[in-house]
Amino acid sequence: MRVPTQAGVRAEIAFTINGETKKVIAHPMARLLDVLRNELQLTGTKEGCGEGECGSCSVLLDGLLVNSCLIPVGQMQGANIVTIEGISKQDAAQRVQEAFLECGGAQCGICTPGMILAAVHLLEKNSAPTLEEIREGLAGNLCRCTGYTQIFAAVAMAARRIVSK
Amino acid sequence: MRADPADYCYFSPGNLIEALGLLAKDPAQWLPIAGGTDVMVQYSAGKLVYRNLMNIWNIPELRNIEVSPEEIRIGAACTYTELRKHEIVSREFELLSRAAAWTGGIANQNRGTLGGNIANASPGADSLPALLVYGAELTLISERGARRVAYADFHHGYKKTALAGDELIREITLPRRFSEYFAHARKVGARNAQAISKVCLAALGQLVDGKVHDVRIALGSIAPVPLRLYETENAVRGRQMDGFLIEAARKVVTKEIQPIDDIRSTARYRAEVAGNLVEEFLEKLMATESSA
Repeated sequence: MRVPTQAGVRAEIAFTINGETKKVIAHPMARLLDVLRNELQLTGTKEGCGEGECGSCSVLLDGLLVNSCLIPVGQMQGANIVTIEGISKQDAAQRVQEAFLECGGAQCGICTPGMILAAVHLLEKNSAPTLEEIREGLAGNLCRCTGYTQIFAAVAMAARRIVSK
Repeated sequence: MRADPADYCYFSPGNLIEALGLLAKDPAQWLPIAGGTDVMVQYSAGKLVYRNLMNIWNIPELRNIEVSPEEIRIGAACTYTELRKHEIVSREFELLSRAAAWTGGIANQNRGTLGGNIANASPGADSLPALLVYGAELTLISERGARRVAYADFHHGYKKTALAGDELIREITLPRRFSEYFAHARKVGARNAQAISKVCLAALGQLVDGKVHDVRIALGSIAPVPLRLYETENAVRGRQMDGFLIEAARKVVTKEIQPIDDIRSTARYRAEVAGNLVEEFLEKLMATESSA
């Protein structure tokens, strides 16, 4: 049987991030959010509440939307992570970003990376969501500026453009 | 005080045998962590009592959903997203799939697990009343062997459970005998997604010739543990279903529950809402026969 390492010992953790293989040396209980921002300088991922309520720290983990503040980096061994920096290179995400700009879906910007990721995640699963489905897909992402109407309009606009392309 | 990751030990056994071996060697010293949606919140706030965390997210034995003609067995580390996507769960266990859709937002549903919700023992977890009315059983496993306990006997008090220091929840078993029942679920909270319920109800019922053949009602967030309303059920079972019965049932609900005051609501409000929710369920149950 393998023996657990003691507290205070850093471990080498290897994962794929935005298509590149990376190794980090970190305490396994460090939050993925902190490793992204402080070790990998991927500061597009924001910290809002730090307790999984606001969605600012959203990333895609093995294709699924997750809150990176709730994930110990030790669990990331072998994982495939995509942050806002990585997704922005994809066509669908660019349509979403353009629609956010046109509709006024981004104001202060703290929620925006998480909103974009949640929107892309939704549109991957459902290319023509109803307003109710958009609201559900984004329910875990809080915005204190827009009042959400512009964000929902942006996601609907992006959906139409991605489908018609 | 925010947690310092250097103070914590983390171990990822990767299979069930090694995980149980570790728990047998140092009982009650390791906190299992799956999706982290509860554990990491306590950890980040510096409120975690445990200093040793054992990763069970990647243990394949805990991630299966198996279906037999009599029952469905859900691995404890199956996520809410996996439950929502599962064909049999959404077709025959509507109360559970509804509760899964209410639990957090999409990101938390992608990580939060049914076993984690049970082990964390929050009285406000939306899935727990559903488990009560479906008569769920839990398989608890340790190096000493496996045992099956009724979920109704699992939560002893606020955050107290029947889980021994060397045990893990392996799976949750639901009998497939309620698919013909009328099912009704309702959550009352500040906001539909993400917000924790003030009161939530899960109920099953069946009328035969205008009489209540069977009824099973449970409430969450109302007491230190999810509550099955046995007295209310007994008061209506076998009786002619009508407005008088519903009125009488409402009075029994008020006597049967002793709601809690907490940060999300008051006892008085909860008692009123609990009565309303049971009334609403019985009215809808009554309508199933008149419309049929």
